[in-house]
Amino acid sequence: MTDIRALGIDVGSTTVKIVGVDAAGNLAWHLLEPAEPRVEDQVTRLLDIADREKSSDAKIPLVATGYGRGLVLQATRRVTEITCHARGVYRELRHGGTLVDIGGQDSKVIAIDPQGDVLDFAMNDKCAAGTGRFIENTARRMHVPLEQMGPVALATTAEVLISSTCTVFAESEVISLVAHGAAVEAILRGLHRSLIKRIVAMIRTVGLVSPLMLSGGVAQNPAIRKMLEEETGAPVILPQHPQLMGAYGAALMGL
Amino acid sequence: MSLSNEINYRVNTTIGKAALRAVRWQAERQASNRWKTDYLAPQLKIAPRTKELIGRHYLEGQYANANAHRKVAWATSGAPTEFLKAMDFYVLYPENHAAVCGTARRVEDISTEAENVGYSRDICSYARTDIGAMLSGKTPVGKLPKPDLLLACTNICQTVLLWYRVLAHHFNVPLIIIDTPFIYTETTDYAVAYVKRQMEEAVPIAEKVAGKKFDEKKFREITRLSKTASELWSQVMERGKHRPAPISVFDQFIQMAPIVEMRGEAYTVDFYADMLKEIDERIARGVGSVKEERKRLLWDNLPIWYRLRYLAEFLAERGVAIVASTYTNAWAELAPMFDPQNPFESGARTYLHPILNRGTGYKLETMKRMVKEFALDGAILHNDRSCKPYSIGQIDQRDRLLRDADGRGVPALLLEADHNDPRAFSEEQAATRLAAFVEMLE
Repeated sequence: MTDIRALGIDVGSTTVKIVGVDAAGNLAWHLLEPAEPRVEDQVTRLLDIADREKSSDAKIPLVATGYGRGLVLQATRRVTEITCHARGVYRELRHGGTLVDIGGQDSKVIAIDPQGDVLDFAMNDKCAAGTGRFIENTARRMHVPLEQMGPVALATTAEVLISSTCTVFAESEVISLVAHGAAVEAILRGLHRSLIKRIVAMIRTVGLVSPLMLSGGVAQNPAIRKMLEEETGAPVILPQHPQLMGAYGAALMGL
Repeated sequence: MSLSNEINYRVNTTIGKAALRAVRWQAERQASNRWKTDYLAPQLKIAPRTKELIGRHYLEGQYANANAHRKVAWATSGAPTEFLKAMDFYVLYPENHAAVCGTARRVEDISTEAENVGYSRDICSYARTDIGAMLSGKTPVGKLPKPDLLLACTNICQTVLLWYRVLAHHFNVPLIIIDTPFIYTETTDYAVAYVKRQMEEAVPIAEKVAGKKFDEKKFREITRLSKTASELWSQVMERGKHRPAPISVFDQFIQMAPIVEMRGEAYTVDFYADMLKEIDERIARGVGSVKEERKRLLWDNLPIWYRLRYLAEFLAERGVAIVASTYTNAWAELAPMFDPQNPFESGARTYLHPILNRGTGYKLETMKRMVKEFALDGAILHNDRSCKPYSIGQIDQRDRLLRDADGRGVPALLLEADHNDPRAFSEEQAATRLAAFVEMLE
């Protein structure tokens, strides 16, 4: 049993995250699952679990975010991922700066002022190139476990140029590079570089205010953090649970 | 022209106009609403009249080829059509027709007709829609008249040059091109002289097609009517400075049809004079277009024709009113340049100066001025896949709106879409960007 005073649910394209916060706004409880096709059923099941977890029977606010926020019928409020990630990260790291959130199917760069308010943001255009899907697709194709993609890329200093910025075309480019005998490590390093370059372009649109903060599922990939530092020259800092920041920010908004 | 054609024309236009009038009367009595009135004021009382005017315009067009006394010209939206009207041409604007297809949600179907014969989806969706309509005869307005003459002016884009050559080839009719040199900072006397000469040289060509002598007195009168209507339209837009704004840019998008395609007509002047009266009544009663106006924004670029209602309601629900736009302003800001006593030279000057024929710095200054004068909280810059000349420079313009050196910077959103092709619009992505932008303004 946990003291949960508000819930935040982040229904993303790849995973669903639910977070409970206590009265002081601390992250008290969470669950994370791959997204299922029947969003309503999954949300209902997760809310049942949350209901059993919380110590009191009182009805508590539920704030929904993520692409599927409109499908969370039980939500007391719906807020976009941009506002939620900014809120969650600011609460944990306690300062403004430029936040990069790389999710499963979209990426955002958010400028946060010293008071924690969103000043500006940019999102990837109608293309999944600068997102987690870019790495996921290749991982599947190369039979490398997703969590090993970063470490494998960092295991070498050699780098192959991936010229295509399109997720689908990059996949065929990678296959062709493998066929021509390029090392898997160097290909993966090049693949990460290509993604980072797209993210850096978005950072330039919004403007870089150090430190660079990272959230979203892809933040767990060590190559992303390292290359972001290399490309921008700014230190990159992470919250403890980067993937939960959207749901955490949502829960904070319910308090 | 045969007698049967003449009878056909007269009977059908008379019956059609009576039917359109009846539809208007009925709409006025019912006070029907275009918008959801939970968040938006009821539609303007003048709206059924707009519908009637557009209906009459296309009705006249439908039978124009049967009218022995009038020839038909197709023209670009920024073309100097006043001299054609002085020879009594019926002027059709293919861009407007394409927009009508857009609001009627017919673009996918009609544009595919052009794509199927090889026109790329990277071409402007207005051009694709009209070429598709030309090839298939599909249109929501009944039937389009065949042109006897084409008039393309390059002051809005370079696509029209190629587009109108396609039309000229298809219909085998003369094409007049008015080339307007791009104005990077300021115009020159020789640029004005160059455009003026092209207009003068076009007259004998149009006379030959019309079979009529050009009437300079009539030309002056039509120029005067264009000027007066543009001045009234300008005042309509100025009223947006009131808080709450009596009309939104979405209202303007709908009510702008007459100023674009019925410039130079006396009834257009009457229409905008009455519209202004209605708006002033709204101001007197404190009625705002958005019921709970909390934030005021600017719109840059063409409308997203197939999502007008969606956007109007989405924003109104969140207390956001879009009260000024560079697009609707384009038909107002040139009003002072028209000089009825000097129609050729002033026409040349006027048609050299549309916002699309001027440097990106001018648009930035226009937006900054609007932010200040209309007391705006932010801007939405529609990054229009189809209209490249309007969209170029928007990334820098957004940046500079945000970081205004005078410290009056406002948040600005780049919204990716297309003015006419719904296949280039992702509703989910647009909704997230808009919602996040509104959250940021709070």
